[in-house]
Amino acid sequence: MQQRKILALAALCLLVVGLHLAAVLTGSLFYLTQLTMAAYYGLVIIGLGTLMGYAGQISLGHAGFFAIGGYLAASLTTRNLAIFQDSWPVRWLEGLGMLKSAQNLAGEPLLTMVPWAACGCAVAAAALIALLIGIPVLKLQGHYLAMATLGFGTIIYRILLASPYFGEADGISEVPGFTLLPALGQLGPVMVSGDPGLRVANYYLAWGVLILGMGLLLNLIGSRVGRALRSLHSSPEAAEAAGVDTSRFKLQVFVLSAVYAALAGVLLTHFNGGIGPSEASVMKSVRYVALVAVGGMAHLWGTLLMGVTLTFLSLRGVFGTFDDAVFGTILILVMLFAPEGILSLRLKQVWNAIFSGARS
Amino acid sequence: MSLDLFFQYLFAGITYGAIYAIVAIGFNIIYNATGIINFAQGEFVMLGGMISISLLQFMPLAAAMALAVAITMGIGATIEMLFIRWLDRPSVLRMIIITIGISILLRESALHIWGESIRSLPYFYGNEVTTFSLGNVHISPQVLWVLAACAVMVGGLNVFFKGTPIGREMRACAANRTAALLCGINTRNMVTLSFMLSAGIGALAGCVMSPITYTQYDSGTSLAIKGFTVAILGGLGNSMAAVAAGILLGVIEAFSVSVVPLAFQDAISITILLLILFVRPHGLFGSSAAARLKDF
Repeated sequence: MQQRKILALAALCLLVVGLHLAAVLTGSLFYLTQLTMAAYYGLVIIGLGTLMGYAGQISLGHAGFFAIGGYLAASLTTRNLAIFQDSWPVRWLEGLGMLKSAQNLAGEPLLTMVPWAACGCAVAAAALIALLIGIPVLKLQGHYLAMATLGFGTIIYRILLASPYFGEADGISEVPGFTLLPALGQLGPVMVSGDPGLRVANYYLAWGVLILGMGLLLNLIGSRVGRALRSLHSSPEAAEAAGVDTSRFKLQVFVLSAVYAALAGVLLTHFNGGIGPSEASVMKSVRYVALVAVGGMAHLWGTLLMGVTLTFLSLRGVFGTFDDAVFGTILILVMLFAPEGILSLRLKQVWNAIFSGARS
Repeated sequence: MSLDLFFQYLFAGITYGAIYAIVAIGFNIIYNATGIINFAQGEFVMLGGMISISLLQFMPLAAAMALAVAITMGIGATIEMLFIRWLDRPSVLRMIIITIGISILLRESALHIWGESIRSLPYFYGNEVTTFSLGNVHISPQVLWVLAACAVMVGGLNVFFKGTPIGREMRACAANRTAALLCGINTRNMVTLSFMLSAGIGALAGCVMSPITYTQYDSGTSLAIKGFTVAILGGLGNSMAAVAAGILLGVIEAFSVSVVPLAFQDAISITILLLILFVRPHGLFGSSAAARLKDF
């Protein structure tokens, strides 16, 4: 089991390198930009996949967590704190080295948070909100859970759209790059940004993060927690009878998936240099659910591959104005004919499903 | 707040509340027959409005509305037969995702057919500025149309469910599907019928509200959330309570405008939804013992 897992992760690494080489050979290096973005979305999708497939809880509010991460990172690194310079929280932050002073184009002082600190704040905020929301929400089931999480996502969307601090309908732009490691000798700084010169580095960075995240989740699923989760999915009553604290495990996975979504939001916002309210829309949440469903609920590899592939195609604009319609169709077809995901499809079963459907 | 302003808000609240109540009744009919929450309910409302607006070029208003309701009922029945009828005991999660997919498809089709423009039916009587006065409170005649439509619908459904054989069969199907089947009721047809009925009710709501709230391809989603809030608030499956709950939510929303910015209005009704779900998931008027027996 352990070996297969490592082998699969290694194969994914090879695939990543292979895609880079293919892009170089065909002279289409620009594909790497969308592949980078797809990798960050992939991070959201595998987190949600663990929640839906293993903990058995649907969430129609994950775009909300993505947006919490992205928007907090964007606002903290761009909004000027200079006017609050003398207040104690700002001084305290400055003392911790979490603020950076600069000058804007007009030469006025500009005081913003450094990306590291902003990232920490954003992910922590998402985790905290997930915890607070999760305690009551995860007591619900089925339709109620779906509607409650949908409601949560909509509230986040409305708040972003109505707050001048978050840029209302325009969102936040001109977000600086996120320097992960300072420049060392010959090497330039390792930085999450949309600078074309850093395209290849960012590609590997994003996939590195995704592979790391995938490895962590695979380990989680194979562990004691994972077994508890799977028992929870098949029969909550039996799991509880066996001594599994079901509500605690559900909550932990919910918070974990929110953290994945928020981290993806932070990194993608730095990569794109901005974020808009559409990232928090209900349609985005539905799309994440669709991608998880296509890959197969309890099938993390399927989720990852289908999620990244379809996101990549969508980002390339392959579906044109039918983008949302394509996702809706996929959602329905997969749920009708292959509720376990496309990769679990047996053609004979499909034939039977259609055939018996025609008969009844 | 002056007394006149109070009544003005109150009437606005009751109007919107009646609309939410109609959407909630649509949810309840399908929920009762199948145990499914149809996430595409809001799209039926949008379709009713859009189709009647398009038909208005060719025929008088009443005929356009009647035809729009009939077409939407046909769409509802088609959807049920294509996507739901032949599924063998699907899980709740699967049904949620399928109906969400249907709502996306309906919305996107509407976008491609009618575009992004905001449309509306003309006022049934008079125009935008026609009002009649009750004391110092000014009320648009369209408000009365909405209230009348709501009242007629609730009354008609009551008669239908209690008085007609088909209505009784549908109730039997809702109470116990297996037992109804054993009594010789074709439960599958009842489910199709519930989708038709709920689509028709949604479409009629879409017609009468269109002059006030306007119709756009994506106006269904927020209505669906409001309608669901109302359905839960009244207790899922209870149509009479839905009317009371709808008016309650409408009034709360109308008065909330005087306290918080308009942009947060949706957030308020959703906060109410969340609170209700956490505190009284069986609704204000439902019984918790009965709710525990239902399958969500």
